[in-house]
Amino acid sequence: MEKLTTLTGLAAPLDRANVDTDQIIPKQYLKSIHRTGFGPTLFDDWRYLEPGEPGMDHGTRRVNPDFVLNQPRYQGARILLARDNFGCGSSREHAPWALLDYGFRVIIAPSYADIFFNNCFNNGILPIVLPAAALDKLFSETIVTPGYQLTVDLAAQSVTTPDGASFTFDIDAFRKYKLLNGLDDIGLSLQHADDIKAYEARRRAEAPWLFSS
Amino acid sequence: MSKTLYDKLWDAHVVRQNDDGSCLLYIDRQLVHEVTSPQAFDGLRLAKRGVWRREANLATADHNVPTTGRAQGIADPVSRVQVETLDSNCAEFGITEYKMDDLRQGIVHVIGPEAGATLPGMTVVCGDSHTSTHGALGALAFGIGTSEVEHALATQCLVQKKSKNMLVSVDGAVGPGVTAKDIVLAIIGEIGTAGGNGYAIEFGGGAIRALSVEGRMTVCNMAIEAGARAGMVAADDKTMAYVRGRPYAPKAELWDKAVAAWRDLHSDADADFDRVVRVDATRIKPQVSWGTSPEMVTAVDARVPDPANESDPVKREGMLRALKYMGLAAGTPITEIKIDKVFIGSCTNSRIEDLRAAAAVAQGRKKAANVKQVLIVPGSGLVKRQAEQEGLDKIFTAAGFEWREPGCSMCLAMNADRLEPGERCASTSNRNFEGRQGAGGRTHLVSPAMAAAAAVAGHFVDVREWD
Repeated sequence: MEKLTTLTGLAAPLDRANVDTDQIIPKQYLKSIHRTGFGPTLFDDWRYLEPGEPGMDHGTRRVNPDFVLNQPRYQGARILLARDNFGCGSSREHAPWALLDYGFRVIIAPSYADIFFNNCFNNGILPIVLPAAALDKLFSETIVTPGYQLTVDLAAQSVTTPDGASFTFDIDAFRKYKLLNGLDDIGLSLQHADDIKAYEARRRAEAPWLFSS
Repeated sequence: MSKTLYDKLWDAHVVRQNDDGSCLLYIDRQLVHEVTSPQAFDGLRLAKRGVWRREANLATADHNVPTTGRAQGIADPVSRVQVETLDSNCAEFGITEYKMDDLRQGIVHVIGPEAGATLPGMTVVCGDSHTSTHGALGALAFGIGTSEVEHALATQCLVQKKSKNMLVSVDGAVGPGVTAKDIVLAIIGEIGTAGGNGYAIEFGGGAIRALSVEGRMTVCNMAIEAGARAGMVAADDKTMAYVRGRPYAPKAELWDKAVAAWRDLHSDADADFDRVVRVDATRIKPQVSWGTSPEMVTAVDARVPDPANESDPVKREGMLRALKYMGLAAGTPITEIKIDKVFIGSCTNSRIEDLRAAAAVAQGRKKAANVKQVLIVPGSGLVKRQAEQEGLDKIFTAAGFEWREPGCSMCLAMNADRLEPGERCASTSNRNFEGRQGAGGRTHLVSPAMAAAAAVAGHFVDVREWD
């Protein structure tokens, strides 16, 4: 997992609530057995005028000019502004894989669905929670200011606008540590293998039916 | 100290507490399917890691499998590779798999309880958000992403932060024709799709106690549609009776010991919940969703709501977009909405009681001329066999419905079963998101009885007025 310390990047506004993971990456692309290559089909149903299928040359498909991420001014965006309950629905990790593959490293929203929120951290994406009023400001400034860039400083837990306004955000200390250092969970958990074995031994005595196959 | 059911389940599975309050939580059972596991097994291979406890895992192929012509295999080459990858991964890592041609194959959330692989008091995970289903047995069950699938395979644990406690108490009794599906849709309509974010929901109250275990699975299944990763119901006599004798269930003296422990799987009388929602069961009517989020739902005798009456601009915009996508005008009576297709199946409503409810409505009737297709997709090979022994398949086929092989099918249309653009479907599944059942398809979520009645009438009807 790639570490994240600071990021200054173009922001793109996705102004709708309850964006579900079926929209972030439609089901036909979940047939892939790989982790990469989902960027061209991020938001597929909104982004292109006709339905897509795996294996197509997505570069030749007709794009929907009305969809915000297709506007020339948002090309190369690294930070996605979103509304409440972003990432609801299916647990598919293909959703953060697609966002990452497209180029997003940071999402800023008032709230997220729980599974999606976890999945982001497991892939080096930082999902920042800011109050709805802060998001309103970021949305309106992004829309009226071409080339609007935000600076995210994970160590300082801050988001700074081009005119120097700054918002601070909360994050779990352990998640912050892992993201700053690019560490994944499995290696860290296996450092506690003895604790897991001790738990199993105790539990096997208390509730042996859980261990019969 | 008094505890909620969720507190008890959580506390029993904490291996260690981290400094930031997160825990290493032990996982008793992982269910594995073809869509969210290939990258996890790849990760294990890359890191040269094994599976911590092979027998704690049970796999099946469900999302991609065809529901007709199984003997010919999977026609779509991309789907076929994914299912074959599951087969080879399970063989390589020594995990039990119910393959496509196995009688026990089916939707993960149907086969787990059916096999007794889900037991009361367990922690159950799966790379699928509808894992909340298994909470119906008094278990702590939740969906996870693929990185967590890999983590659970490698360590038999997950790093988790405890959620808050919510009680949804459905008090009183529902009227005739009102089912578990209507109860949970009404709850989602009440608290919204984000209402349960950050919470584990325990469903209680007289109407939940009165449900069968299968009905409770329908309710817990859709906890995720209310935003909660986990939904659960306290274990009781019905739970024990359901589990007894199943292949993975404890036997003989272990059974008695297990039941004694399971008797404690309820919230203590004075347990504290962070939030309590009370729903009056007597007011719940058969539900029909009208929009593109499960919270956009209303009673069958109501009308499509008018966005002009919504004061929140973000919500109003969402309603306008939903009505446009659904091709519906505000104020239209729900019973005047005509349908093109019907889907009865999914991890929400594909168990034997669901099929019986649909068959009771369909018996001696025919699908309406304007309805192009009615798919009946049982949740597992064992459900299918049971239904055939009861003659339900004959009732369906006599009505012009199609009797299919088990799998996820048109709930998410990863196989060949799907809606064409603009087609409108009465569906017993769990999500009415844009494009969920096929690009441009329009989904209305309903109970099995309501779906079967709509198939016969050609439009939504109030099943309470059905003779």
